Amino acid sequence: MSKRFDLIVIGAGPGGYVAAIRAAQLGLSTAIVEREHLGGICLNWGCIPTKALLRSADVYRQMMHAADYGLHASGIGFDIPAMVKRSRDVSARLQSGVKQLLAKNKVTVLEGSGRLAGKGSVTVTPAQGTAQTLVAANVIIATGARPRLLPGLEPDGRLVWTYREAMTPQSLPKSLLVIGSGAIGIEFASFYRTLGSTVTVVEVLDRILPLEDEEISGLARKSFEKQGMTILTGATVKSLKRHADSVTAAIEAGGRMVESEFERVIVAVGTSANVENLGLEKTAVRIEKGRIATDEWCATAEPGVHAIGDVVAGPWLAHKASHEAILCVEHIAGLASAHLLDRERIPGCTYCHPQVASIGLTEQQARARGREVKVGRFPFVANGKAIAMGETEGLVKTVFDAGSGELLGAHMIGAEVTELIQGFALGKTLEATEAEFFATVFPHPTLSEAMHEAALSAFGRAIHYA
Amino acid sequence: MPIEIKLPAVIAGMTEGVVARWLKAPGDAIAAGETIAEVETDKAVLEITADAAGVLGRILVEANGIAVPVGTPIGLVLLAGESAAALEGAGGAQSKPPVAAPPRAAPAASTPAAGRVFASPLARRLAVERGMELGALQGSGPHGRIVRLDVERAGPSATAAAVPLTAPGGYTEQPLSQMRKAIARRLTEAKQSVPHFYLGIDCELDRLQALRAEMTAAGKKISLNDCIVRAVALALRQVPAANAAWAGDAIRFHHDVDIAVAVATPKGLLTPVLRRADAKPLSVLARELKTLAERARDGKLKPEDYQGGGFTISNLGMYGVREFAAIINPPQACILAVGAAERRPVVRGEAIVAATVMSCTLSVDHRAVDGAVGAQFLAAFRQLIEAPLSLLKWE
Repeated sequence: MSKRFDLIVIGAGPGGYVAAIRAAQLGLSTAIVEREHLGGICLNWGCIPTKALLRSADVYRQMMHAADYGLHASGIGFDIPAMVKRSRDVSARLQSGVKQLLAKNKVTVLEGSGRLAGKGSVTVTPAQGTAQTLVAANVIIATGARPRLLPGLEPDGRLVWTYREAMTPQSLPKSLLVIGSGAIGIEFASFYRTLGSTVTVVEVLDRILPLEDEEISGLARKSFEKQGMTILTGATVKSLKRHADSVTAAIEAGGRMVESEFERVIVAVGTSANVENLGLEKTAVRIEKGRIATDEWCATAEPGVHAIGDVVAGPWLAHKASHEAILCVEHIAGLASAHLLDRERIPGCTYCHPQVASIGLTEQQARARGREVKVGRFPFVANGKAIAMGETEGLVKTVFDAGSGELLGAHMIGAEVTELIQGFALGKTLEATEAEFFATVFPHPTLSEAMHEAALSAFGRAIHYA
Repeated sequence: MPIEIKLPAVIAGMTEGVVARWLKAPGDAIAAGETIAEVETDKAVLEITADAAGVLGRILVEANGIAVPVGTPIGLVLLAGESAAALEGAGGAQSKPPVAAPPRAAPAASTPAAGRVFASPLARRLAVERGMELGALQGSGPHGRIVRLDVERAGPSATAAAVPLTAPGGYTEQPLSQMRKAIARRLTEAKQSVPHFYLGIDCELDRLQALRAEMTAAGKKISLNDCIVRAVALALRQVPAANAAWAGDAIRFHHDVDIAVAVATPKGLLTPVLRRADAKPLSVLARELKTLAERARDGKLKPEDYQGGGFTISNLGMYGVREFAAIINPPQACILAVGAAERRPVVRGEAIVAATVMSCTLSVDHRAVDGAVGAQFLAAFRQLIEAPLSLLKWE
């Protein structure tokens, strides 16, 4: 007899484990299948360990600027293995937290690779030992994604890194080429530059952080260049020649070919979904542009089979995966309060220095949609708290619909903006108009006052900036 | 201590009301149980009676047309032995005399029957832009909150609404009474959410008119409308499937035949209900209908007079309207629209002859009543009207 469940989740990342816990809360007998780490990439090789490393870099930067704050610090330095150890410890701690949460919720955790095996059954094959077959009315595929490989730029784990090697360096590379200027590429570029590597970022599009508002992209670029980064946009890496302890990259930029040598290369050119070896061939599940196609409730074309997170359409963010997990499970459980995800309300954060965070439409997107917009801007240099903190580099930009007062988008760069963006996210969820942002009391002195002022500024009412 | 007169919830579900008229002035003596003021709700004008005897000390809410929530103190009564001085400080802050109603946050968001309307700020703004009543919308947000999408799905686009509609000759704007608001909301809801279909039928009235003439001559005067109500009542007994209501997850078949009759009043349309209409002899039916219509016109209907009808009749025949289709009065499944009795040519055999004919249109909620049932009901109704002796039950 096969074991029966109401729901089997394949993959225990921020999509999968959240789905399993929510399902258990709703009384579904639930199993989760994970082939490597509970918590998935996010917790083990992504969001969390990189934040630990970036925190080390932030503290180091502060120490370097101790004198600005009237402090003496000497013998300032860093220990890369210790930094990496801290980062790994943070991941391990959270991983065990997920394990406990799953246990507390009585979710059956199965180690191995899950695979659909005919109607309502899933086989789980552990690395060692024998496979077992489970039966479930519903399956959620939450197998995530892996770094995208480009021909000629294949990572080798030694000279050409993916994020895995990039977050477990044994020593600091003197020079680094980062291919791709999305969140992952830019965070590593920022980390290594802060510690002292010579960093070159190559981006194929005409600006870095290409998903961000153009103005914010421009400010970020200026800031990084001021920190000594070399940024090449509209540029491609044509080839990598691997030597014993270095790589020669042929970079085409502005119609010219340049060859440069780097000690290490990080490839961060997007991800590919993990859709292989899931037994999808024998189902009605469709793959579109490399990702599993689903409806708005995350159901695939195969009855009873659902998919969430990085294995489906983007944005490929942990919090988007978790939200899909909730809505998918609540829909399966028939919960009337289940709610769809509005993709324009998903914030995005990049933890470089200075930080970048945004939600909704960029100014350009809003105008392209024919919206008449009112744009507000407020710089951190006019914010009391930012000045007191010595963090005057930053800007909050708001984009409102001129007619309805709807907040179409908000875009920020500067200290702690990744913590601030939730205020705009909440506003968007509650469908606040400019009037509610005006009427909200923002505490003084905080960086968040810049959000208030940016809303006021869109309507020509900013108090502290003229 | 003076006693506060609070705006009572005179009918179930009432959340606010307008003081329509004070029947007593400050200084007037009041007996317990005496009517002291009238309150207008969305349905009717209702009387407020005094709980205790005394003297009306102060009016806190004037009859100024502004709705106040149920429970709001509207006046102060001085008990025996109390002097006007006792009014000072009575009722706490409420004792300040000129009580205008508390400002209400968003007029568009008020639906007295359902209480507060939950809607996002953006949804409210868009509804105002589009001139839409939020209360008529179904919210799809958490806990039924009305969000942007609901407004966008429901209504015309903002650009369409932006065309100025001002008449060049100017206009007079009449603020909506509670009743007008309720009518607007209920009718919008009904027309938008109930899947209507319509069945028409012509009834020949010559025999009925002849019978009425004979009865009148015999001193038993009844109106054509009385006969129509009676025919509908008997037809509903014959086709009980038409005496139905849509209850969301079920269809309700009424045991009694309770017929709502639309009455035009200066303030708007009211539908008092004639209970157990099929069981009443014509004389009683005629008398009760007359009383109900009078009470409706005077705004004196009690809640039990207009709540819970099973079928509605709307008769515009007296205005010469040939035929029309009425909007269903939910949760009822059917409404009969009655046109004028007029001389028309009809084909009888191979000849065209003149006859008195009345066109009726039945509007039906297809969720609760199917076409065949509606048709059976209309056939039964015509049979009764055209063979009028079957209507007779004089006592």
